Amino acid sequence: MIAEDLNVFKKFTPKTLPKEEPLVFGHRACQGCGEVLALRMVAKAIGSPMVIVSATGCMEIISSPYPQTAWAVPWIHVAFENAAAVASGVEVGLKTLMAKGRIPEKKITVVAFAGDGGTADIGLQSLSGALERGHDFVYVCLDNEAYMNTGIQRSSSTPFGAMTTTSPAGKITAGQTTWKKNLPAIAAAHNIPYVATASPAYYLDLMNKAKKAAMIKGPAYLHVYSPCPTGWRHGTDLAIEVSRLVVETNIFPLYEVMEGKYLVRKNTKPKPVEEYLKQQRRFSHLTPDLIQIIQKRVDAEYERLLKLEGMTAKAESKEGPKEEVKEE
Amino acid sequence: MAQRRGMEVSIAVSEAVKLANVDVISAYPITPQTHIVEHLSELVADGELKAAFIPVESEHSALSAAVGAAAVGARAYTATSSQGLALMHEIMFIASGLRLPMVMTVVNRALSTPINIWNDLSDIMAERDTGWVQLFAINGQEAVDLTLQAFKIAEDSRVLLPVVVNLDGFILSHVIEPVEMPDQEQVDRFLPVFNPALRLDPDHPVSLGAFGSPDVYMEVKKQLEEALIGSQKVITEVWKDFGILFGRSYKPVESYRTKGAETLLLTMGSITETAMMAVDALREKGQKVGLIHLRLWRPFPFKEFFQAIREAKVLAVVDRALTPGGMGGPVGLEIKSALFEKTDRPYVAAFIAGLGGRDLTQEIFTEMVEKANRYARKKKEMRYEMIGVREK
Amino acid sequence: MAKVDALHPWKEVPLGCAILEPGNARTFKTGDWRSKIRPVIDREKCIKCGMCWIFCPDMAYGHREDGYFDWNPDYCKGCGICARECPKDAISMIAEEE
Repeated sequence: MIAEDLNVFKKFTPKTLPKEEPLVFGHRACQGCGEVLALRMVAKAIGSPMVIVSATGCMEIISSPYPQTAWAVPWIHVAFENAAAVASGVEVGLKTLMAKGRIPEKKITVVAFAGDGGTADIGLQSLSGALERGHDFVYVCLDNEAYMNTGIQRSSSTPFGAMTTTSPAGKITAGQTTWKKNLPAIAAAHNIPYVATASPAYYLDLMNKAKKAAMIKGPAYLHVYSPCPTGWRHGTDLAIEVSRLVVETNIFPLYEVMEGKYLVRKNTKPKPVEEYLKQQRRFSHLTPDLIQIIQKRVDAEYERLLKLEGMTAKAESKEGPKEEVKEE
Repeated sequence: MAQRRGMEVSIAVSEAVKLANVDVISAYPITPQTHIVEHLSELVADGELKAAFIPVESEHSALSAAVGAAAVGARAYTATSSQGLALMHEIMFIASGLRLPMVMTVVNRALSTPINIWNDLSDIMAERDTGWVQLFAINGQEAVDLTLQAFKIAEDSRVLLPVVVNLDGFILSHVIEPVEMPDQEQVDRFLPVFNPALRLDPDHPVSLGAFGSPDVYMEVKKQLEEALIGSQKVITEVWKDFGILFGRSYKPVESYRTKGAETLLLTMGSITETAMMAVDALREKGQKVGLIHLRLWRPFPFKEFFQAIREAKVLAVVDRALTPGGMGGPVGLEIKSALFEKTDRPYVAAFIAGLGGRDLTQEIFTEMVEKANRYARKKKEMRYEMIGVREK
Repeated sequence: MAKVDALHPWKEVPLGCAILEPGNARTFKTGDWRSKIRPVIDREKCIKCGMCWIFCPDMAYGHREDGYFDWNPDYCKGCGICARECPKDAISMIAEEE
C-alpha cells in the first residue's frame, strides 16, 4: 500500500533540496533546454543509489557523446522504444541478484527516462507491458511535445495546432490536427500505484513527486512537461516562464493519481490559453478560431479532471494517501 | 551417475537452462519454441528453478529485458523462433555491441510470408551479421550440451558476447530423444557463477550505450570482430573441458565417414542425421561419399572446414534458407567465398532444400549427391539449384 | 584525465564503447558556447533563495559557504533563465566582454 511506502516521506523544502547532481555540467543540451532541467530535477530528487535507463532521444545524445558522459550514476541506453523493457530487465536482474546474495541487498531505484516519442508512440507497448507486470521502477516521460532530437517532427503528444516539420502550418492544414494523447490517463488505466504530472516551474512539486515515485513499491509514472526553446521557437530564457503558464492556463494541470484516486491541484482562475500560446512561434499561425477551439477543449479537459477527482474520492480505497497536492 | 532417458527436446533444453542456474528468463511465446518457455515457467513457479521469469509483451521486449538483466550482472536467457527473432533483430546488434553475455535458444522456423510454422533456417540466417556466436545442434543431446556450453562461452572474459543455440523446430524441438541429463554438481563444476566484466553498479557508475561518432564506430566494430573471431579459441577450450567432465566432445566441423570420400554433403541442423542415413546407404553401394556438418556457424571455422574437405573432389552444400536475387543460399555463399582464396578446391554444388518445413528425405539427399557428382563430371557452371519445387 | 577526442586505437576503446569515468563530461567547458551575453549578480539584491541554482539547466551556479551562489563561467551557456526567474531581479544579462 502506498501509504505504508510513504510513511517516511518528508517533503523537500527550498532549503532541503539535495545537492547531488547525478547529471553533471558539460552536457551538450541547447541553451535554455527545459528538458535537461526537468531531467536534472527528477534525478536529483530521486538520488543515488539509482540505475538510469534511457531511451534514444535528446537526453541520451547530449549526455553520452563518447568518450564523455555527463552521468555520475550508472546509465544505459539501448534503443528508442524499449526503455521500459530494459528497465524491467534491470529491475528484475537486481532483485534476483540480491535474492541470491550475489550483490548486497539495498534499495536501488530503477528509473527509465524517455521522451514523448519514445513513450507515446514507439515506446507505448513496452511501457504498457512494464506497467502491467508491476515492476518496481519509476518511468519518466520528458515531454517536449515532438520528436525534437531528429529535428522537430510531430508525435502523438504534440498539442493541437502546434507547428512541427511533419505537421506544418500549411495552406490546407494548420499545425497538428489531433489532440495531445493523454499518457497519464493511459498509465493510470494500468492501475499502477502512482501517476503524476509535473512542470519544472513548480520545482518543489516536481521533486516531491519524483521522490514519492521512487519510494512507492511498484510502477510509478511521471509525466514531466519539458519546454524546448529550439523546437517551440521561444526565447532561451523562457523555459520556466512557459512551464508556469502551461499550468496557469490549465493546459497542463498538475495532478496525482494515487491508487486510482485523483488529486488535482486547483486552479479556479486560469489565465487564457492565448497567453501561453503567444509565447511560442510554433503557435504563431493560429487563428482566433483555432485558439477558441483550444480554449474550449482545455476547459473541458480540466472539468473532466475535476469530475474524476470527485468520482474517485467517493470510490472505495483501502487507505487514503497521506499527502495532498498543495498550491505552491 | 547421469541417467539417459527419453525426453522431449524442448523440455530437455529447459532442464539444461535450469541446470545452468540462470538468473533471469524473459520470454514471449511463439510456435515451436513454446514448450521451452512453458516448462521454464513451471520450474520457476514450483520453486525448482531460482530464477525470475519475466512474461514480456513482445520478443523485442524479451531481448531488451535480457539486455537489461545482463547489464546488471545477471545470467540472462531467452528463446524464440522465426517472426519473434525477426522482431528482435534491432536489439540483436545492440546486445553483441554492448558485449553482454547471454544465451538464446532459437527453435528454427521459417520466416513469413506465407506464415509457416515449420522448420527451415531462414530465421537464424537473417541474423547472421549480428555479432552473436552461433551454434547448431543436430539432436537432443547436443541441444542440452550446447546450451550448457553456451553460457560458459558467452561469459568468458575473452568473449563477452551473446550466444545463440539453434535447434530445428518440430523435427527436433518436439520429438522425444534419448538424452543424458548431467547432474547439478557436474554442471556447477563446469559452469562457475557469472562474474561480469562490466555492470551497472551504483558504487562504480559506468555509462553503457553511448553515442559513437565516426571517430570511434569502426574501432568498436573491429573490437567486436576480433572478439568474435577470438571466441573460437575459447569455444575449443570449453568443448575440451566439457569432454573431460561429461565424456562428450564437440568440434566446430564434424565429419562423418569422410575418410576416402570424394563427395561430401555439407549440412547444418538435425537434417544431418537423415543425410547420414543417405551416406550409409550410398557407402553400402560402394560410393565414396561422406558428410560434414557445421556445428559452429559464427565465427566461421575456416581452418577446420578446409581441413575437413581436403580430400574431397565434390561438395554438395545443403542450404535451408534463401538469399533471394543472389547466390542462392547463405551457407553456399559462405562456402564458395571461403574457397575462393584456395587454388585447389572441390566442385561446389549448392542446393536449397526443405524450405518452410518441406520434408527432406533420405532420397532427396541421395538425389543431391547424384546431381553433384553428375554436374562435377560435366563441369557444369551452376550457381545453385532449388530442390523439389513443383514445376507442373 | 578524460580524452576530449575519441581518437584511441581500437584496443584501447573500453568494452562495448562503455564510458568508464562517471561525469567526465565536466572536462568539456560549455561556457565556450556563450556568444553575446552573460549573467551578472547584484549581491545587494540577492536574497539567497537559490532559484538561479535550481533553474539552471547547466548547473552553472554553485553553493557558497555564506549562502550566496557563485556563477560558473565555464559551463554557463548564457540562456538567461536565471535572470528571468530571479524574484528580486538581482541578475541581469549583460554583454559578454572578451
